[in-house]
Amino acid sequence: MQTVVFTEAFFFLCLIMSYIYLAYSTGFEPHDLSKLDIGTSGIYTALLIISSFTLHLAERGYDRGNTRALKAWLIITLILGAIFLIGQGREYAHLIQEKITLESSVFGASFFTLTGFHGLHVFIGLIILSIMLVLAFLGDFNRPAPAGSESPGGPPPGGGALGAIAIYWHFVDIVWVVVFTVVYVLPQFTNI
Amino acid sequence: MGTTIKIPEPSAPFPGLGVENAQGLLQWISAVDHKIIGVMYLLTSVVFLVLGGVLALLMRVQLAIPMNHFLHPEVFNQFFTMHGTTMIFFVAMPAIFGFAVYFIPLMIGANEMAFPRLNAFGFWLTFFGGLLLYFSFVAGGAPDAGWFNYAPLNERNYSYNHGIDYFAIGLLVSGIGSVATSINIIVTVLHYRVPGMALNKLPLFVWMIFVNSFLLLAAFPALNAALAELLLDRELNAHFFNTAGGGSALLWQHLFWIFGHPEVYIVILPAFAIYSEVFQVFSRKPIFGYAFVAASSVAIALLSFGVWAHHMFAVGLGDTVNSFFGASSMLIAIPTGVKIFNWIATMWGGKIHFSVAMLFAISFLIEFTIGGLTGVAFAMFPIDWQLTDTYYVVAHMHYVFIGGVISGMLAGLFYWFPKITGKYLDEKAGKWFFWLFVIGFNGTFLIQHVLGMIGMPRRVYTYPNLPWYGVLNFTSTFFAFVMGFSILLLVFIMRRAMRHGTPAGPDPWNAYTLEWATRTSPPPLKNFEDLPAVTSRRAWWDMKQQAVNPHPQTKNDDPI
Repeated sequence: MQTVVFTEAFFFLCLIMSYIYLAYSTGFEPHDLSKLDIGTSGIYTALLIISSFTLHLAERGYDRGNTRALKAWLIITLILGAIFLIGQGREYAHLIQEKITLESSVFGASFFTLTGFHGLHVFIGLIILSIMLVLAFLGDFNRPAPAGSESPGGPPPGGGALGAIAIYWHFVDIVWVVVFTVVYVLPQFTNI
Repeated sequence: MGTTIKIPEPSAPFPGLGVENAQGLLQWISAVDHKIIGVMYLLTSVVFLVLGGVLALLMRVQLAIPMNHFLHPEVFNQFFTMHGTTMIFFVAMPAIFGFAVYFIPLMIGANEMAFPRLNAFGFWLTFFGGLLLYFSFVAGGAPDAGWFNYAPLNERNYSYNHGIDYFAIGLLVSGIGSVATSINIIVTVLHYRVPGMALNKLPLFVWMIFVNSFLLLAAFPALNAALAELLLDRELNAHFFNTAGGGSALLWQHLFWIFGHPEVYIVILPAFAIYSEVFQVFSRKPIFGYAFVAASSVAIALLSFGVWAHHMFAVGLGDTVNSFFGASSMLIAIPTGVKIFNWIATMWGGKIHFSVAMLFAISFLIEFTIGGLTGVAFAMFPIDWQLTDTYYVVAHMHYVFIGGVISGMLAGLFYWFPKITGKYLDEKAGKWFFWLFVIGFNGTFLIQHVLGMIGMPRRVYTYPNLPWYGVLNFTSTFFAFVMGFSILLLVFIMRRAMRHGTPAGPDPWNAYTLEWATRTSPPPLKNFEDLPAVTSRRAWWDMKQQAVNPHPQTKNDDPI
């Protein structure tokens, strides 16, 4: 999973660089940026960051063999992630009402692509988390540790499905922090 | 419930491909064994090599005489685009992955890749990516904007047919496959080595593919991001690369070459990896400067991300930028030169055995040095301004791609064919092939340096009858056909070897690394029953020397 995150990080790096590159190009209209509501998005951002901590608590619950804590924190993580996606949907709807679309301008194109790909990753994360949750209710995590392993060498330390999805989820959150900083926060301080 | 088809378990590591027998074919399609997938990668590569080669020969026919009307200009554009794209993404890449997934588990003493199904997934994505790309021919026209597909030519108002869309989707699909396989390789190398094989005892082949996989993981996302943005531009009218809509055509060039330059190292490093094994075995000496060969790969990988703008000297980025990228490009010559000298030093004083694999390795040293020198010349950007987009560029990149990559794959083919199929490739016919190939290749491209210097631009479908143009182009075409004929000969040699080749023992070359330690050639389905712990870099050699040979029958093999 670390290698997946490694390659995904480069993917987002390229999208973010495209955004910044285009932000300095002539076709970029600064007044588009003013349509973004940093306050509301900030709240959703905070919720997404909190979901990283709740997932960590779920992992802690699993480590202690406390399956109930695992399930509860997984549900809370899922809800927080879903709220974030709903928030993103509301923001998109608002922007489209303001006639900012993929076709309208360079800002629209790069904004929707960047945040859209991130949203897709959140969505994929939610699907994987739901699978974890179903597995948890089916009792797959009841044992304190999975007994026996498929490979003769044993799974890599820190591996296991839950650990891997946690790495992915934290990564998606961190990407959002960077995206939020670049798209929402930095324009408050600069004149682009 | 529908009818259930019994998916056959593979019965042999190299099962027959019986079309009359559905189970035979199904055995290949459903395979997750790394050896079968490796062979399928290699076959894919050969098929696309023939396709891409035919495209090249048709172009050479068009260019044989001035003012020729053999191909329509539009068709010519499609052909050179498809030729470049095919050769890089569907010949070089599958060949690399074929050798990698076949031999990495064997070389590190593992029985399988870390994720066998992901391995099959990666292969099928590559395969269908190639099919998607070629489907464009019947869907209204192939892509025609060159393999690097510059904006704004790639935008809808300049390329209205669907060729570019197929280009973007085909490369996205195969790119995801490549990333998946690279992840698989990294995890395999990190977690499935035989006991005692520390990272500093890895065979150099594994070392370089390992480094290469990281390079690939970092480079391909740039291409995927660019292709995603291009598709959005073309399908949903976004404005990333459309200058009329406020976008930037240069952004495409940046993103493409941030991928594109590492990509040329992605295809050359595995060739270096193969040479590093071939030079050792056929010089009967361990590699000179193991640490330097390994470390210079890492240096190349890191530097390759700092040189992309040397493809863009003519864009007008300014002297500061040009100087930086010129200097960084020249820096890459240092680790590459280190490797060249290591290989020469490996041969020095060795008992050199001129097998076909070794001949290809030696011809590589010379041809790649020529390609490297013309490359360093390009890094001086005033020279680049003069020569960019001329046949000099064509000659340069074919010297590094054919002299470097393809020669490496051919060396690997002759070296490992006995292991993969259990049969020798006929060495005598192989030498005919080698000489025809080398003469054809040098005859085709050496004079193109001159053509470029006297000013013939690349990617033109015809040219006026200027002094020397006609005769040089005709010579080039003639030798291209010599090379084409040699590839036919190769296919014939391979076919004959599979049918009535001399059986090769498990260790025909008296080699050093663990893939030759399997009981048979081809290796049994389960590669190794048990292996003693590895104590050195030439693990199998030392086992043979210390007579802890797990398979005594190999002792009787004649040393070469």
